[in-house]
Amino acid sequence: MSTQETIDNGVNIDALLGAREALSETPEGARFKWRATSEWAGGTHTKSTVEDYFGLGEEQKHRKAFRHDTDHPEIFASEDHGSTPVEFLLVGLSGCLTAGIATVAQNRGIQLRSVKVSLEAGMDIQGILGIDSDVRNGFDSIRISFDIDADASKEDIEALVAQSQKRSAVFDIVSNPTDVHVAVHKSG
Amino acid sequence: MTGSVDVVVVGAGHSGLAMSRYLAAQSIEHVILERGEVANSWVCERWDSLKLLTPNWQNGLPGQSYSGRDPDGYMSMPEVIGFIKGYAADSGAPVLTETEVTSVRRRGRGYHVVSNRGELRTRALVVASGAFNVPAIPRVGRNLPRSLAQLSTHDYRCPEDLESGGVLVVGASASGVQLAAEIARSGRPVTLAVGEHVRMPRVYRGRDIQYWMHASGLLDERYDEVDDLRRVRRLPSPQLVGTTDRSTLDLNALSALGVRLTGSLAAVRGGKAQFSGSLRNVCKLADLKMHRLLDTIDAWIASSDTAEALGPSERFEPTAIPASPHLDLDLERGEFRTVLWATGYRPDYAWLHLPVLDHKGYIRHTGGVAASPGLYVMGLPFLRRRKSSFIHGAEDDAAELSEHLANYLHETSGRIKRAV
Repeated sequence: MSTQETIDNGVNIDALLGAREALSETPEGARFKWRATSEWAGGTHTKSTVEDYFGLGEEQKHRKAFRHDTDHPEIFASEDHGSTPVEFLLVGLSGCLTAGIATVAQNRGIQLRSVKVSLEAGMDIQGILGIDSDVRNGFDSIRISFDIDADASKEDIEALVAQSQKRSAVFDIVSNPTDVHVAVHKSG
Repeated sequence: MTGSVDVVVVGAGHSGLAMSRYLAAQSIEHVILERGEVANSWVCERWDSLKLLTPNWQNGLPGQSYSGRDPDGYMSMPEVIGFIKGYAADSGAPVLTETEVTSVRRRGRGYHVVSNRGELRTRALVVASGAFNVPAIPRVGRNLPRSLAQLSTHDYRCPEDLESGGVLVVGASASGVQLAAEIARSGRPVTLAVGEHVRMPRVYRGRDIQYWMHASGLLDERYDEVDDLRRVRRLPSPQLVGTTDRSTLDLNALSALGVRLTGSLAAVRGGKAQFSGSLRNVCKLADLKMHRLLDTIDAWIASSDTAEALGPSERFEPTAIPASPHLDLDLERGEFRTVLWATGYRPDYAWLHLPVLDHKGYIRHTGGVAASPGLYVMGLPFLRRRKSSFIHGAEDDAAELSEHLANYLHETSGRIKRAV
């Protein structure tokens, strides 16, 4: 593709392809551990921090510590210090898919001008309130709508979005089961 | 069986026999060791109704093209077996049947081959034992309730062998869709767990899809020309079936037969199967890729002087997805009696004691030339070309690899002579 050199979505595709090549030879370097720590801040408010992670065989650090507040809105009789945790999940999903779209577009030589995503997840709160045990706690479905301006046909844009879902970690996490281990320590 | 031979070929299927033909043409001394009989996998490890995915005219081997009366038909297993055995006989191929290779080790400048019928020293080795040796059953299978019968495409023969009752078919490549269709027709309710798949119409613009892939050069695309070799080597086989009415067998056809579609089988927990929420996306990907293939074919027809389309360009309905696909199904309530794994195969190289296997147990090779002197492999997906794993793909690969092998023998014997 002749346009490949001139398009720029701000993604360093050569570095990514290089990492892919290197890690397929040394798969142990591909084992990452992602972490968050949080602390209760009273009521339904929690303050979380993301700073270090493990990857490429060693401990790594973000450029700085990122802090996030989660809470619940006032209609839940909470103080609304931040997004609800389930909204955070939508933030993670859209961040993951959008990053994927930019990367795939760069790899396919497609210049993006704008990518807008809106997400909506349905939830019947009878589940979390324990009213009806047949209702699940989590989302009953997630609807995602993309509005993309790019130098490509509609089919090529659809293919970008489909490929970004195929390669998305958060899409996989929300669409497939994950084993969850919990340990409890009594302190103080 | 003792002594030494210049080349040992492991496996007397179409790949090994094609290689043998080229070795014989160059008077290279060789023997083919076959664990069972000629075309053994076709004889012992395929279901009754299976027909080749390629039309008869396409299934040539070196020195033998199709000469029957049904060029557009698809060979049944007895026909494939007859064809390959006939080819072995006509070639006078030096096959030792019932000779299972149990160990290959590097010794000196060659290889030490141990079989159930004795040992051989050889200078070069061609692994033509196939890509489909053992069923690749995903780990989630370990948690299935014991009350369910489990079998793979390797053991399955016909719907009548299954208990009556529901069948969960896992995998929607050629095998999965064919078996889902015939089991549904037998009256058993079928649920098909669908992961990534390759959708194709059987006939496009009046001709077999294989014709267009062949004529437009797609099947000849080389391993050193594709963008992402790892990806194309892992592609599942296309959703095709060989029938006399040349009908298309895609997921829409299965839905019309009453087959229930779910996402891929993600987990089994507490007696329940859990399915991925990615069904819409894998179907969207397959629809987009099919239409990209048809775009390529249309563009080729438009630009070619010789292309003979027998019909207009067309596009097919998107894959219809149930309004809310099941995310879990209870496997213990009696609805399901059988789980059929159509999740593919992997090669078995437990006998190959050479440092050429990657961490997943596949041979590292460059276009069939493995990373050990004088070691070659054949018949794997996209080994040298898109067609490499098809019967008709063996010819070009055998021609090139036998030449490489002949040069290797020539160069190494030169070195030995100089050393003397």
